[in-house]
Amino acid sequence: MTDTRHMSLLVRDTRTARRNRAETRFRIYGLAAIAIGLTMLVILLVTIVGRGSGAFQQTYLSVPVTLIEAKLDKNGNRDPADLKKVTTFGYGPLLRSAFEQMVDDGTIRTDLPAKKIAGIVSDGAEAQVRDAVLADPSLIGQTVTFEFLASGRVDGYLKGRVSRESIANDKNISAEQLDIVDQLRTAGLLEKRFNLAFITGADASDARPEAAGMGVSMVGSLFMMLVVLVLALPIGVAASIYLEEFAPKNWITDIIEVNISNLAAVPSIVFGILGLAVFINYMHLPNSAPLVGGLVLTLMTLPTIIISTRASLKSVPPSIRDAALGVGASKMQSVFHHVLPLAAPGILTGTIIGLAQALGETAPLLLIGMVGFIASNGPDSLGEGLLSPNSAMPAQIYEWAKRADPAFYERAWGGIIILLVFLITMNAVAVLLRRRFERRW
Amino acid sequence: MNLSFLQNPLVLVALVLINAAVGYVLARRHAMARAGGDARKLHSLPNYYGMTAAMAAGIPALGVLAIWLLAQPMLIQSALLPLLPADVVADSGRTSLVLSDVSRVADGLDRAVAAGVLDAQRIAALHTDPAGLRDTLGDVGVALGAEVEVYVLAAAEKSRSLDARADLLRAGVVLIVALAGMALAVRAASPTFRARNVVERGMLALLIFAASLAILTTVGIVFSMLFESLNFFRLHPWQDFFLGASWSPNFRGDSDLSILPLLWGTLYISFIALLVAVPIGLFAAIYLSEYAGPRLRAVAKPLLEILAGIPTIVYGLFALLTVGPFLVDVFGAGGPLSMEGLRGGDPLMAGATAVMTAGLVMGIMLIPFVSSLSDDIINAVPQSLRDGSYGLGATPSETIRQVVLPAALPGIVGAILLAASRAIGETMIVVLGAGAIARFSGNPFEAMTTITTRIVSQLTGDTDFASPETLVAFALGLTLFVLTLGLNVLALYIVRRYREQYE
Repeated sequence: MTDTRHMSLLVRDTRTARRNRAETRFRIYGLAAIAIGLTMLVILLVTIVGRGSGAFQQTYLSVPVTLIEAKLDKNGNRDPADLKKVTTFGYGPLLRSAFEQMVDDGTIRTDLPAKKIAGIVSDGAEAQVRDAVLADPSLIGQTVTFEFLASGRVDGYLKGRVSRESIANDKNISAEQLDIVDQLRTAGLLEKRFNLAFITGADASDARPEAAGMGVSMVGSLFMMLVVLVLALPIGVAASIYLEEFAPKNWITDIIEVNISNLAAVPSIVFGILGLAVFINYMHLPNSAPLVGGLVLTLMTLPTIIISTRASLKSVPPSIRDAALGVGASKMQSVFHHVLPLAAPGILTGTIIGLAQALGETAPLLLIGMVGFIASNGPDSLGEGLLSPNSAMPAQIYEWAKRADPAFYERAWGGIIILLVFLITMNAVAVLLRRRFERRW
Repeated sequence: MNLSFLQNPLVLVALVLINAAVGYVLARRHAMARAGGDARKLHSLPNYYGMTAAMAAGIPALGVLAIWLLAQPMLIQSALLPLLPADVVADSGRTSLVLSDVSRVADGLDRAVAAGVLDAQRIAALHTDPAGLRDTLGDVGVALGAEVEVYVLAAAEKSRSLDARADLLRAGVVLIVALAGMALAVRAASPTFRARNVVERGMLALLIFAASLAILTTVGIVFSMLFESLNFFRLHPWQDFFLGASWSPNFRGDSDLSILPLLWGTLYISFIALLVAVPIGLFAAIYLSEYAGPRLRAVAKPLLEILAGIPTIVYGLFALLTVGPFLVDVFGAGGPLSMEGLRGGDPLMAGATAVMTAGLVMGIMLIPFVSSLSDDIINAVPQSLRDGSYGLGATPSETIRQVVLPAALPGIVGAILLAASRAIGETMIVVLGAGAIARFSGNPFEAMTTITTRIVSQLTGDTDFASPETLVAFALGLTLFVLTLGLNVLALYIVRRYREQYE
């Protein structure tokens, strides 16, 4: 060789150094890619928790309200029919005089009229008093201390979302009202507390973000999951058993197989179109019903369940089948008595993962109308739960994300926390089941 | 005797199941009795005789019930049409609105009768003067948009009486089928009857039925979209849909409904998503499969896959409320990279919803998709290829770049195509993050719209299934279906051919 490079293995030449540098660079690229992925995950989770945890706390204001008999029950006979005639509007003066009382005894120092002061509690406060009176008419004539939800802006002020600068052009609240809030806070009448109503309550109208909750949509999701479980599990298992154990190799089975793998990759919104066209327009099932949502999600989940069930059936060794056939079992008996029980843990795991996927799915629900209305309370019976209009957790989150008031954004993030808690629990159960029961042959 | 409880299909299902259980016991006993109490004289195990009766009692009856439930509303609606005014029947959109009113009123009347607010006499009185019915129904929880028309009330009454009669008839037919099935099976239960073979044939039929539901679903998808798309193309020229240049639906009619601007937005967003997901996902897969030790792999792989398990609505919210505002801070008015000077005071990014917002977030979502698929594919490359390369003195990175990746290339291309099909069909991220303006533009910081967002917006809210503005959603859906199906089939074909190469 006429090359002038010295050819020692102990001293690196420039070419080796360059190759080694390229090697290091390549490794760094790989590590960086993983780091970026994990950073995104962390950012996402931190954002969710940071912005959503506020929804689990809510500001309450305790106000002593005198329930004046002359206003609520003119005849004085506590007849429920008469009491019902007084609308929430009729309770407004009581609330205002309660605040005037607070001004009189010096709890609040302000020049604002009582109507403005009352603006710091939720619009639902009158209805809250009315419900209490209708539930227990003996309260009339007494002074009762109510725990009112503070309005969304006041709640935002306590949580740092609303500041004196940010409300300059806000018609819903003024700096004077925030002064009152500060006074009430020092007096210990206004405070943030854990908000169970967010987890159990119903959605509320645009003007009352403070009262909106996830409870009813959770019930809607529950009914949908019930439908999915009852339909998708047996159908999916039956289809897998046929394809894995009985189906002859011919073009019909080939078509079914290709169909299933393609259905697994069809965009979810297409299933929504199918649901709208077939279940609602053709079969006239009720709009927005969890039954329809469940049917659509069943069709969407079936391929997932079939694929995982087939995998777990395939993992049962053929010797089990041969042994069963050898002692005289029929083909059907060998499958149902021996193969299926051995495959059950895997099937269950796949089903739970399929259900978790269905629980978080939103797009098809938009098309069958599970958004855009407020279901006021939960269903009373199984039939009503399946057929009366309801929302679902992800659809409720979408609904809040579309509203203009930032107070609803906090609700949306909070709703995501609840949704993720469900998903994490389901996936954890699936992982545990797999660890506990999985058998290696 | 009051038989109205039979009108509830759930009661009927329960009765059929009870009947099946009774049949099970009877047939088993009958077979045993005929064999003189000696099970060895029976052809099959005694339980199989029970099962023949249970299946004969249950399956045909439930099948009849299912078909009846599907057919009854359609038959009753067609029976109501003569009661409606001619001008309503002539307009299919109004017909469906009036029919839904009719079913709401009928439902409200049912509830009012159940609550004791109304009875048959007072309903008859309402026929001449339905004023006040709206409030009555409102009290029982059925809100109506307007006062009830006389013909709507008449149709509602007719539908209630038809429904009640049909429900009773349904109960009768279903129960007769169930009892007949049970009786036949119990009579057949004799020692020579091959009960197990019958049961197994029946079960096989059920299994085949379940497996063919997958085909039914696909057929349902294709036909539901095909029919409505054909209706759309009858109302709207196909040239405008496929070749037009603008999308501006106008609910008074005369809209421009072209798919091209939507397709541009869809492809642009998907392209940006892949630009994020492919390098990150691929490098992560390479590192995890070629360099990482078992401990890092055991931690990093599941963590990355969490990203794939997070519901898309979460990503949508993340795009709208976190990534979008962050990008506006950087590229929007007053931001460090807004380029207002170069663009004559016009910032690069005007609002939080933009191609870049949706694309970046979708890219994050697709990282685990690309990485786990590529990971499988890289692992499938035979170790002998790597060993050969190391033996020639190549470094690990040279081996990967010049041996492993070329060998895995077809599979990786397949993985990327699958990710692309995911990106094209993704809905929630673009609904919340991409905006609603259909346009051709190269600026990734502008709001654009996609096929999926337009499907959502055309099909939510008040929809009129006789207008091209609503029906276009089905044509869009069909295009989306064909597009993603094509990508999937191509990707699966490539991946399968690649796998065979090394098996």
